[in-house]
Amino acid sequence: MKFSRIIKTIFLLDFLTALILAIKEIFKPKKTINYPFEKGQISPRFRGEHALRRYPNGEERCIACKLCEAVCPAQAITIESTERDDGSRKTTRYDIDMLKCIYCGLCEESCPVDAIVQGPNFEFATETREELYYNKEKLLDNGDRWESLLAANIKADKPFR
Amino acid sequence: MDNIYHYLNLLFIESYKILFLLIPILVTVAMIVWLDRRVWALVQKRRGPNVVGPFGLFQSLADALKYIFKEIIIPASSNKVIFILAPVTTMTLALIAWAVIPFDVNFVLADINVGILYLFAVSSLGVYGIIMGGWASNSKYPFLGAIRSAAQMVSYEVSIGIIIINVLLCVGSLNLTDIVLAQKKIWFIFPLFPMFVIFFISALAETNRPPFDLPEAEAELVAGYQTEYSGMMYAMFWLGEYANILLMCALGSILFLGGWLSPINIYPFTIIPGTLWLIFKILFLFLMFSLVKAIVPRYRYDQLMRLGWKIFLPFSLFWLVLTSSYLYYFNLLPTN
Repeated sequence: MKFSRIIKTIFLLDFLTALILAIKEIFKPKKTINYPFEKGQISPRFRGEHALRRYPNGEERCIACKLCEAVCPAQAITIESTERDDGSRKTTRYDIDMLKCIYCGLCEESCPVDAIVQGPNFEFATETREELYYNKEKLLDNGDRWESLLAANIKADKPFR
Repeated sequence: MDNIYHYLNLLFIESYKILFLLIPILVTVAMIVWLDRRVWALVQKRRGPNVVGPFGLFQSLADALKYIFKEIIIPASSNKVIFILAPVTTMTLALIAWAVIPFDVNFVLADINVGILYLFAVSSLGVYGIIMGGWASNSKYPFLGAIRSAAQMVSYEVSIGIIIINVLLCVGSLNLTDIVLAQKKIWFIFPLFPMFVIFFISALAETNRPPFDLPEAEAELVAGYQTEYSGMMYAMFWLGEYANILLMCALGSILFLGGWLSPINIYPFTIIPGTLWLIFKILFLFLMFSLVKAIVPRYRYDQLMRLGWKIFLPFSLFWLVLTSSYLYYFNLLPTN
């Protein structure tokens, strides 16, 4: 062992350096945020809670092509459809099992009419499992609630799609 | 009849005294957990608990409330009596040791003449709580954690014992009040500085604090001897652990930092009551404890044993010889 090393060990020099460093660090600005009160920036592409969107006239966008159901790797989506009186094909059932969902965003990518999207909301924890089996009503409701943000996000992401 | 009244009276007075000591200690322990977490977070540039109450001061109370309402799970294959007894033992032993800590002249629950011996005995017993917990859990991680903890505490107790003998040589009494009063001229930290450093490091090992937290090494042993515990029983281990840390800080300030004495015996310092000085010193030592937790990586087990037996023990023995020869040569040995 070198002499300088012995001196270092006996007088705990490394330890003292670390102590001074630690005390300096205490007074530096924090890297974390006060989460429930302030939230971090999220990208327009953020893949959070799902939503079914509507056209401005109130008509649902979904045409029941079932591409999302087919592409879903976790098979979390279940769709049933029927022909409406006006001849258009619409869903009668659109369920997403949020517990199966892996939030990969393939449903959003596959959708030809931007009907199913994943919004910026990530705070949808519930107390029971049942509340996380989303049906069409819940998804449309989500769409109505987040529409302004969803539209803005899709617009912001447009050049890259 | 008179006799019974006399004893009842005595019982009440003693109970009040004990409550008057215990409740502040338990509250301080709760606050100190908050301080520990906060300091740790600040060093890592995090915020730490800051939501419950002012600056998050009531975080520990909220945690305690959570623990009270949690279910206590007792493993089916455990030795139930010992399993339940273990946290109780840990906490009781951590708390009864406070009986002999003097907060000021004549401000001590039990002013016994072998105070330091009592403290040492109680802190040696502390290992039983952990061993019982580890053994009774009947599970591999708690068992390994308990074995490690036992070996570690026994090893470092030896060097702490010799350090205490160093101090006792300078004082000539086992009474903690006498030990503090003997430091009126000079705190023992100045003549015995290397002993203070070794005492501090041994205290870290004794209370299973990082960098010697091998018994509960999260990365290897889940949570060591606490793995199978839940709810209030876990909280009792946790309370006992922090009460022990606080006790070690108190012991350090009494042995080396002059207990309740003010640093300089002149006017502006002497108006602050002695109890407050002791609390300042305990807090300072605890701050060092939590800073060390933030900056030092965990030791390997063989390094831990090497440090205890091959470095601290010979060095403190050498210093013991040095102290006694010095005192003998210059005729400074205390006489009473």
